[in-house]
Amino acid sequence: MPQPSDPEPPVALYAKRAAVYPKAIDGVFRRLKWAIMAVTLTIYYVTPWLRWDRGPFAPDQAVLVDLAHRRFYMFAIEIWPHEFYYVAGLLVMAGIGLFLVTSAVGRAWCGYACPQTVWTDLFQHVERWIDGDRNAQLRLDKAPWGPAKIARRLTKWSVWLLIAVATGGAWIFYFADAPTLARAFVGGHAPMVAYSTVGVLTATTFIFGGFMREQVCIYMCPWPRIQTAMLDEKSLIVTYKDWRGEPRTHGLKKAQDAPAKTGDCIDCLQCVAVCPTGIDIREGPQIGCITCALCIDACDKVMAQIGKPRGLIDYCTLDDAAAEQAGGTAKPALRTIFRPRTLIYFTIWAAIGCVMLFALNARTRLDLNVQHDRNPVYVQLSDGMIRNNYTIKVRNMETRPRDVSLRVDGLPGATVWTSDGNRVDGVRQIDLTVPADSVQKVRLFVAAPAQGEARSSFTITAVARDGDHRGDSDRIVFERPVRSEEEMD
Amino acid sequence: MAKKPTETGPRVDQPTGTEFVGHEWDGIEELNTPLPRWWLLTFYATVIWAIAYTVMFPAWPMISRATAGITGWTSHGQLAAELQAQQAKRAPVIAAIAATPIEQLTAKPQLMSAAIEGGKAAFKVNCVQCHGSGAAGSKGYPNLNDDDWLWGGDLKAIRYTLEHGIRNPDHAATRQSQMPAFAGILNDADVAAVVAHVRTISKQRPADGLSQKGAAIFANNCAVCHGADGKGGRQVGAPNLTDGIWLYGGDSATLTETVLKSRQGVMPRWGHKLDAATITMLAAYVHALGGGEANPAHQKVAVTNAPAK
Repeated sequence: MPQPSDPEPPVALYAKRAAVYPKAIDGVFRRLKWAIMAVTLTIYYVTPWLRWDRGPFAPDQAVLVDLAHRRFYMFAIEIWPHEFYYVAGLLVMAGIGLFLVTSAVGRAWCGYACPQTVWTDLFQHVERWIDGDRNAQLRLDKAPWGPAKIARRLTKWSVWLLIAVATGGAWIFYFADAPTLARAFVGGHAPMVAYSTVGVLTATTFIFGGFMREQVCIYMCPWPRIQTAMLDEKSLIVTYKDWRGEPRTHGLKKAQDAPAKTGDCIDCLQCVAVCPTGIDIREGPQIGCITCALCIDACDKVMAQIGKPRGLIDYCTLDDAAAEQAGGTAKPALRTIFRPRTLIYFTIWAAIGCVMLFALNARTRLDLNVQHDRNPVYVQLSDGMIRNNYTIKVRNMETRPRDVSLRVDGLPGATVWTSDGNRVDGVRQIDLTVPADSVQKVRLFVAAPAQGEARSSFTITAVARDGDHRGDSDRIVFERPVRSEEEMD
Repeated sequence: MAKKPTETGPRVDQPTGTEFVGHEWDGIEELNTPLPRWWLLTFYATVIWAIAYTVMFPAWPMISRATAGITGWTSHGQLAAELQAQQAKRAPVIAAIAATPIEQLTAKPQLMSAAIEGGKAAFKVNCVQCHGSGAAGSKGYPNLNDDDWLWGGDLKAIRYTLEHGIRNPDHAATRQSQMPAFAGILNDADVAAVVAHVRTISKQRPADGLSQKGAAIFANNCAVCHGADGKGGRQVGAPNLTDGIWLYGGDSATLTETVLKSRQGVMPRWGHKLDAATITMLAAYVHALGGGEANPAHQKVAVTNAPAK
């Protein structure tokens, strides 16, 4: 409670969000944003519906994360769980790619491609379409609740909700056969997890795109902080060229009255009005600036109207800003972009990509895993031979059944058979058929003469009998009882 | 921080208008800031949750057991339901295994592998006590991995042994063999000679005069069951004495003890303890350990060396 003797009001430590009503604008960067929005949204919504023929033994969805069967399909590539390092590699590439983009063109990810930006942009467009532009929105917000306002709000929220449902709905199609799941989803017999996922993603899209908007970028997302730390004096940032704009005058008339003493900025506030995060770029670089460049479009338009050169607000590096301020000219854009830092990032990024491509191309789709059964380690056979047992897993990662031979090499006098075959002396090879896209478990019995080392290693090889001779082999141990003293009495 | 010691009542922090608690550390004082609303709401929600939980589920400890809860849920009940669900899931396969004569299992690879897996589980419960977890046995308990069978190693023979056991006194169909104890029948020198002979035919020592003397004794006393060549016979469960596998041991001392006292190992019969499907599954598992023999010719069902499963 404030003391009666002290009329000073308490300091508020909490600032309420000031609503942002971004004004519609047209220009080079706005059109670029439209194009990127169209491409990214199309990729997101359409990808699960693309088909890709893989034959009768695998799904025909081009991009499918099949969690239930632990497979990841992406066009011609199929990833098994043990090959998850390819996905890890992609994530590393995505990370380094963001470093590369940030050091070359600043926060371009934030401004153009981030889902939060794209969906917020979409939602704001819907808002302008229903409520009108900035001024109409401001009026409507201040207006008391009445039938007209309620109708507009309900319409807006309904359209938002439709977009949100479509967004959440598209997500689940990446994890199951899209047409099948769509039918089941509408019919009400899809798995519970599908409905809950759509529910959660609908809620987040609706809330993040409709209401939280720039607060996600400023307060929730770690990436702006990391990115601002990665910017240097050669990174492109949206810059208000204060050396050209200041001292600003309020209105064109005042500027014309005293042209000698004034800068180009006429304080028309168009840059503030179009900003989707509600900042004033003239205050300098700040965390709220996602470098969407809409203020550049707005300012360029005004500069054209008052007959001044464009680019009072423009993409500019700190180095160029210093050069321009000193009366020089900016370096060519390409020289700014191709510099050691970006080239090093690009080299690392490309190297990881090339290594992964090479590995993908060279990987064998037939894999052998041999385990020596330890209980018992060896078995004495009645004819004096020693038998060792092995649990063998043959992994056929191709989407067709394959005839595979298991061969034993390097163990003199060896005979092999399996639990559903009979021992035939001298047989060193077992033929089996591994079903498409699956692991075949075989118990392999290997018998060899008792004379020999206590532990001798040999090779088991799995080779496909279909002409593709790329196979896999494992070195494994054959163990014998140790006969210290042959007791001859 | 304006201290006003002359005033009465709680002092107030001027910038925020919040009361002081009265704790002070080197000039830093604690404010009586209320808990955030979201925190309080979460706290109330947990209280409501706790009350609802104790009403619905077993919670309050009483003298003999906890309060039951209106849902009637117990961990025992959940386990029983899950076990029942598992059994219901397995029922068709178990029924199919029970309905299939065991020698025909080899023609049904799916059923066979299910039987082997089921037998593996049943083996751990019923058999490991004597035969060991790897079925490798120990002295007096046969190794089931090898290819030496006293009573036969095809599926049907193994299943019969499992069902009827060995030397069960109360069961007519049991596997029955009786080696006499030769103490009192043969003198020590004769026993030594026959042991030497057995060790000679099992290639553990070269032939000499002692073993030749033993050969004659063997022919008179042992060959009726073990055969003239010592290779035994499955009709009477007589072990093969010429191979490298010994149930009790092939050294002189153990062989002498075997001849003098005989061995009368017993395997329980499982026919009245386990259901038919489990016995079939156990037989399939033992057969698949590596020493399993093919079905006898007159009932042979396509057994090949490939493909596996």
